[in-house]
Amino acid sequence: MDFLRPASWEEALAAKAEHPTAVPIAGGTDVMVEINFDHRRPEYLLDLNRIGELSEWEVGQENVRLGASVPYSSIMEHLRAELPGLALASHTVASPQIRNRGGVGGNLGTASPAGDAHPALLAADCEVEAESVRGKRLIPIDAFYTGVKRNALEPDELIRAVHIKKADGPQQYSKVGTRNAMVIAVCAFGIALHPETRTVRTGIGSAAPTPIRAREAEEFLNAALEEGGFWENGKIITPSIAQQFATLASGACNPIDDVRGTAKYRRHAVGIMARRTLGWTWEQYRGAGRALEGAA
Amino acid sequence: MRVNFTVNGRQQEADDVWEGESLLYVLRERMGLPGSKNACEQGECGSCTVRLDGVPVCACLVAAGQVEGREVVTVEGLADYARHREDAHPGGGCASGACGTSLDSAKRWQARPTDGRTGEAGELAPIQQAFIDAGAVQCGFCTPGLLVAADELLENSPSPSDQDIREALSGNLCRCTGYEKILDAVRLAAARQGEAARS
Repeated sequence: MDFLRPASWEEALAAKAEHPTAVPIAGGTDVMVEINFDHRRPEYLLDLNRIGELSEWEVGQENVRLGASVPYSSIMEHLRAELPGLALASHTVASPQIRNRGGVGGNLGTASPAGDAHPALLAADCEVEAESVRGKRLIPIDAFYTGVKRNALEPDELIRAVHIKKADGPQQYSKVGTRNAMVIAVCAFGIALHPETRTVRTGIGSAAPTPIRAREAEEFLNAALEEGGFWENGKIITPSIAQQFATLASGACNPIDDVRGTAKYRRHAVGIMARRTLGWTWEQYRGAGRALEGAA
Repeated sequence: MRVNFTVNGRQQEADDVWEGESLLYVLRERMGLPGSKNACEQGECGSCTVRLDGVPVCACLVAAGQVEGREVVTVEGLADYARHREDAHPGGGCASGACGTSLDSAKRWQARPTDGRTGEAGELAPIQQAFIDAGAVQCGFCTPGLLVAADELLENSPSPSDQDIREALSGNLCRCTGYEKILDAVRLAAARQGEAARS
């Protein structure tokens, strides 16, 4: 095994181009587990810790450009107003020790369907900034997850940042697990209201081979909210609409039975989370304060 | 490969480090600092918690090569670290908002020689004393990680709520105590820190 320690982003890209099999390591919270347990013996480890800019973020007019290695603890602390859904999701990641190391770039790189950030990223809408010596490209999040633990990155590409739309409405995140810390999601649900475009976006975790959106549920809800004039009148969403949204979200799942839960349970729980998080965000939207910050 | 870093205020050099080796392995097996415990090796249990540039992390999930040039504080250095902090911010904690230890003062800090093997380290950090006084130690395996995590909590949040304590220690598993005495110990340390600040 070789340990590559690039001091700059350009050096990192050059190293990845020269050694496409190199495994990038930033927080190490996934990679080191695999090495410790002898599940993986990469030929090269590519340490990204020395590249300071990966731990920085910029808040722009419409987007937050979030460096791939910004730890979850910083997202919780500094970006709750701009990225409330992701901040809530970050708070459910493992433990303080892990949140101090892990970041969104690692979640995307690993692309596990159980990654906590994915539902929030899907709901908020974002683009993944991938780069190689050949150049830079922005991959829409909807095209990023290509299979179980597979993503759209080319072998010579590294994730530099994620461009996430700043919240223009309330966002929520919900996760099912056996305790409040240190759990891999049995399943998870993210929702973001986008009053500017009068749309709702969703994200489902751990209930399909990849993180997914509940597209039919979104389309149904967008039409129902439009038709009922809910965005203008701010009325309580009719229970039958919320129920249909939940049923469609449940139907979007394609889960498996495993040690953490059964497929049947996951479908059921996703429906419940969809209905609840819709209720929470809609209450926030209706509320006088229209508070955007996550509640947890 | 060779790795140079600072452990408990002392410059250290580790040679022939395997590229996939963890910081925890280097501390325990190469530096003779067995205070950080090796249990789950997957970041679940927190018994290997150390401060990396001041931030609590699981040493089992940090690749040794990643600590090049950085500062690590283990439970063996906790008493000195706490004493130094007390000198820099009398009364403990950093309620002023100037949290933690400034880089400058961190660089000036020198640990006194202690022997991690025999435990003849002399004085204890306030959090260590509080664990003893509250009876928060049973088998002791989780204790070093809890001490490092709890010490960091009290550094940044001098009067934590129970919720704050639970959250700060949520990454540290104890299979003996049921946590109540541990929570007592942290409350005790916080109260003593508060008293010291007032006097």
